[in-house]
Amino acid sequence: MKPGTITLEVNGRLRSATAEPRLTLLDFLRYALHLTGTHMGCEHGVCGACTVMFDGSAVRSCLMYAFQAQGHQVTTVEGLCDGDGTPGRIQEAFQEAHGLQCGYCTPGMLISAFALLQSTPDPSDDEIREALGGNLCRCTGYAQIIDAVRLAAVSLKGAGG
Amino acid sequence: MSEPARRNLVHISRKRRVKEDKRFVSGTGCYVQDVVPPGTRHVAVLTSPYPRARIISIDWQKAAALDGVHAVVTGEELAARTAPLHQALNLPHVVWRPLAVAMVRYAGEWVVAVAAETEHIAEDALDLIEVEYEPLPAILDPEEAMAEDAPLVHPEHGSNILYRGVFTWGPVAEDFEAADHQLTFRARWGRSSTVPIETFGVLAWWREGTDTLDIWASIQMPKYAEQIASALGIPLNNVNVHHDVDVGGAYGVKRGIKHTVLAGYLSRKLGAPVRLIEDRLVNLAGGDAHGPDRIFDTEVAFTSDGIITSLKIRAIDDAGAYPGRGPYQLAKPITAITGPYRINSVRYEAISITSNKTGQVPVRGFGQAPTNYMLETAVDKVAQNLGMDRLEVRRRNFIRSDEFPYTIPSGTAYDSGDYHAVLEKVLDLATYDDLLERRDQRRADGVLAGVGIATCLEPSGGNTMFEHLMYPGAEITTFMEACQVRIDSQGAITAIMGTSSSGQGHETLVATILGEELERDPDDIRVIHASSREGLPTLAPVASRMAIMLGGAAAGAARKLRDQMIRIAAHNLEVPPTELEYSGGTVFARFDHAAKLSWREICFIAHNQSHKMPEGLEPGLQAIHVFQVPGGGKLPDDQNRVQLYPCFAFQAHIPFVEIDPGTGKVTIIAYFIAHDCGTIINPDIVRGMVIGGAAQGIGAALYEKFVYAPDGQFISGTFADYVLPSIFEIPYIEVTEHCTPSPLTSHGQKGTGEGGYLGAPAAIASAVNDALAPRGLSLHELPMRMADIEELLNGGDRI
Amino acid sequence: MKAAPFEYLVADAIDDVTTGLADFGDEATIIAGGQTLVPLMAMRLARPALLIDVNGIPELQGIDQAAGGVRIKACTRQSDALASPIIAQRVPLLAKALPYVGHAQTRNRGTVGGSIALGDPAAEIPLVATALDARITLQKLASTREIPIRGFYEGPMMTSIEPDECITEILFPPWQEEGRRGTGFQEVSLRHGDFAIVAAAAQVIMGEDGVCRRAAVALGGVAGFPFCLTAAEDALTGTVIDDPAVAAAGAAVDGAVDPQNDLHASAGYRRRVAKVLVERVIREAAQEAAGGAPGDHP
Repeated sequence: MKPGTITLEVNGRLRSATAEPRLTLLDFLRYALHLTGTHMGCEHGVCGACTVMFDGSAVRSCLMYAFQAQGHQVTTVEGLCDGDGTPGRIQEAFQEAHGLQCGYCTPGMLISAFALLQSTPDPSDDEIREALGGNLCRCTGYAQIIDAVRLAAVSLKGAGG
Repeated sequence: MSEPARRNLVHISRKRRVKEDKRFVSGTGCYVQDVVPPGTRHVAVLTSPYPRARIISIDWQKAAALDGVHAVVTGEELAARTAPLHQALNLPHVVWRPLAVAMVRYAGEWVVAVAAETEHIAEDALDLIEVEYEPLPAILDPEEAMAEDAPLVHPEHGSNILYRGVFTWGPVAEDFEAADHQLTFRARWGRSSTVPIETFGVLAWWREGTDTLDIWASIQMPKYAEQIASALGIPLNNVNVHHDVDVGGAYGVKRGIKHTVLAGYLSRKLGAPVRLIEDRLVNLAGGDAHGPDRIFDTEVAFTSDGIITSLKIRAIDDAGAYPGRGPYQLAKPITAITGPYRINSVRYEAISITSNKTGQVPVRGFGQAPTNYMLETAVDKVAQNLGMDRLEVRRRNFIRSDEFPYTIPSGTAYDSGDYHAVLEKVLDLATYDDLLERRDQRRADGVLAGVGIATCLEPSGGNTMFEHLMYPGAEITTFMEACQVRIDSQGAITAIMGTSSSGQGHETLVATILGEELERDPDDIRVIHASSREGLPTLAPVASRMAIMLGGAAAGAARKLRDQMIRIAAHNLEVPPTELEYSGGTVFARFDHAAKLSWREICFIAHNQSHKMPEGLEPGLQAIHVFQVPGGGKLPDDQNRVQLYPCFAFQAHIPFVEIDPGTGKVTIIAYFIAHDCGTIINPDIVRGMVIGGAAQGIGAALYEKFVYAPDGQFISGTFADYVLPSIFEIPYIEVTEHCTPSPLTSHGQKGTGEGGYLGAPAAIASAVNDALAPRGLSLHELPMRMADIEELLNGGDRI
Repeated sequence: MKAAPFEYLVADAIDDVTTGLADFGDEATIIAGGQTLVPLMAMRLARPALLIDVNGIPELQGIDQAAGGVRIKACTRQSDALASPIIAQRVPLLAKALPYVGHAQTRNRGTVGGSIALGDPAAEIPLVATALDARITLQKLASTREIPIRGFYEGPMMTSIEPDECITEILFPPWQEEGRRGTGFQEVSLRHGDFAIVAAAAQVIMGEDGVCRRAAVALGGVAGFPFCLTAAEDALTGTVIDDPAVAAAGAAVDGAVDPQNDLHASAGYRRRVAKVLVERVIREAAQEAAGGAPGDHP
């Protein structure tokens, strides 16, 4: 089982690294590309801490092998920031509403919120729950996360999307 | 210690962004899994499939020969070179080690450890290890474990009872004799815990050249460094625990002792950094995961007017095979054993049992959540027995707001509170009468609907003298926290705290208090975490103590610095300190505001101009304050009465639930909480703590249970089986506040980290039982899962 | 939880898949969505020597409709199926069931064919496919066969697929009867998005006279695989769907199910709840066909 080189677009830049086939996309992002913002919570696809954007859709990166991402596009939480690391609007909203505590589930939540707001700029609470239902949080009890997504929706609309 | 009520607070209690949030939303937090120095070896552990078995042989040669494997370690090797792990109780014959020696005592116990180039190779190596076991009958039920002929988990201990103590406070026998009524019930708190999304992990790096064992860990554990040093047989000042590791949720459980001793040992053996990250399978079965597993048998004595006069409580707790600190979760609740009620006397029998299950770790509340569930069940039962309103019984039994400080029979004084007012606030928030009408309307629609009511006291501040009650002779009376504050030559403030954080916003807490005391902008204050060897006395963020203790330490340090600055100004303005005013960091003469020194000027003098410094003041501007817990320092009297935690926050919860009678599924339609944690330092942090704790409590009430099959196999091994509530299962919880400041703390603050978790299980149980009441049914065992409720409603076999 | 080592092959066409399967037999496994396979491999419960990735095969993507029915290619994402106007119009029972399949993030990778191939006894897609008498096309190197899904499942996660076969598409044949269609789908799970403990699906065609022309009623989670409750279907066909008819259909459940105990629910629970859900989906379908809104279910 030989390692090979994987090349894909991550956060708008072409990235390459070697990996063996059994390396998950999660481990590849974290350890081969040093993007440690995406987190490991369960490695069996339940908690959502590993959520990233894959070709424009939110997916669980622990449930993909890195090789499956060859030639594709991935966005991680780091990619939601501006080039200089300034948090984007959704991240600002999460700060303003304190939609987090320990921060461990947060990158996954942000990506799922990002995916939601891309397709549904003015989501109802039901739509927010549907989009975040696969992201578990143990700290917040979710209320301030809902506040954050509502605030993010307003903020993005104000910015013209 | 506290200052008298004074000027309006400027920063405290104001909306302010939580500092820590910025790095977390950017994905730039630094968790232990992110710390991977070059040359790190990765550990995987082989675990026991049996709950109780003799280890006959371990064949690990093929594993050791696998390319990329650096070490294979068994219990024998570790036992020869390390000391056993610390047991909190005096249990010399209960020997706990990171890897099993000769016997395995729970399904999931660690048997062999492999260190390899990658986690993948380490797991490949596990596949090549063959362990031969001789399975033995397991002991899995705590009441059966107490029987004379029960198989012994630790034979040399002589029984499965680790601890049995009876405490009697007040005239229990007389109160029962005199009571108009008595009732008896059993309540069961199923084995669950607060399971963080991040598992425990450690990176241990032993470097002989610096005589140092560096540790990065996802840790929340008092005296962690001490226990590591002790087990590895190295001086404490060779151990350096890095507390600037972000912890992805702890809520009590992250103790990491066996992990760290194993990793530290391997690091020394290999001369390389060694990394052990629990995967979720290892975490749920044998990591730091399981919490209280408790049976309460309670007798209540009460009058015809609904006044509860006495309680007899027997609590049996299954602490698992290696109890560690777990058994103290039976003693901590003594601090509020009568809850918010004016109960005259209590008999409390606490029994800690060992079994062939995973060892118990401390969980948020340290035993208070199960105890509160039992207490609130008692109150609801009294109400039911007398045909009295549940609210009315509480109102009649609450300690009154004019009775504080109020000393309960076990000797703890509650500092302040107004339980009646908080209750009124939650009733108002919930529009309680409308809620009852809504409930009744839904019942008329054929739906099972219930409104629950529960209150809880949250002891906070962490005076853990209950350890002495369970282990006389321990005589530990120091419960402290420290903060060091420096103002640099440019006038910037940096504060140092001595322990790790896991989402409580301690940096924001400290910055806010310092900003308040020094009258500077909290956003400009940096707060960092000292390592253990940088040596600030700390007992870790347990016991809902940090707002009180770290807050008190920060305030103390700030006041020292303010005094230093005033002294420097006095010396340079030639005005006595009593004639000076401090405002916003500027010090000026009261009689002539033109005579002043600015913040910048004072800082410059302090750092650079010794010729302008007064006698006796050291150069620079730094102060450390080590804050001892208020009310601490005393040992129990001969009646086992003692002051435990100093401050008492209070919550009242009202959930509204509907139950599908066909499936047993519970939907929480609405949830209301009123809480009083004294002065709120940061409103967003406090709200998050209240709701987050309640959400975990909802999980414990309805969804979460660590399940063992009859043969002792652990069968809730993944997140498909141990079920954490998602955003769908938790309603949007509405919260309102009340404030009775504590007279004991720097700004009147009390702790608030646990209350939600203490109140919610009781409240949900109350609501479910209210919903079941028209059918004449009730349930007094948690969790009340969907199938449990349906089976109760519709009959049929138990799971 | 790291998988055991394996070789990885990206298939560009179906022939790559069938060749790989023929060469490696049961040492090879197809990876489509991976939402179930990858966790099994992480726990080392599955250890294929070769993983054949079918995600890049154009012929395995897409939904189309023809006289013969709606064809869903095997590697179509569940999210695409959920968003499909063809499925919403033509296979509304599937559209109703899809929101219950995991979460948005798992539907973005999980495939319709993957769920069919896995054959979890409680899974929603195999249940709907069974209710609607779907047909599966299985392709191997030398031949292709089309079989009804009823009979495809032999036990829990056990199908009659041969080691060198690959599912290529699922056909949902149309119902020819005249009348108004109504569908019902209900499931009980621990949390929203979890696997069902018990699931029930129903579809009816109601004539103008209020008589049921045709009914399908199926259950999942109460036997080794999803199955049709033919006795219930018979009880509904040719009659008005009133309370006695619903009760008669519900009475058919007890003798037909063979549920298991597990840590989440007893066999007794599954048996009782199956009856409750069957009655509910029948009412739901009947009400929908009659033009009313679905009933106010607890």
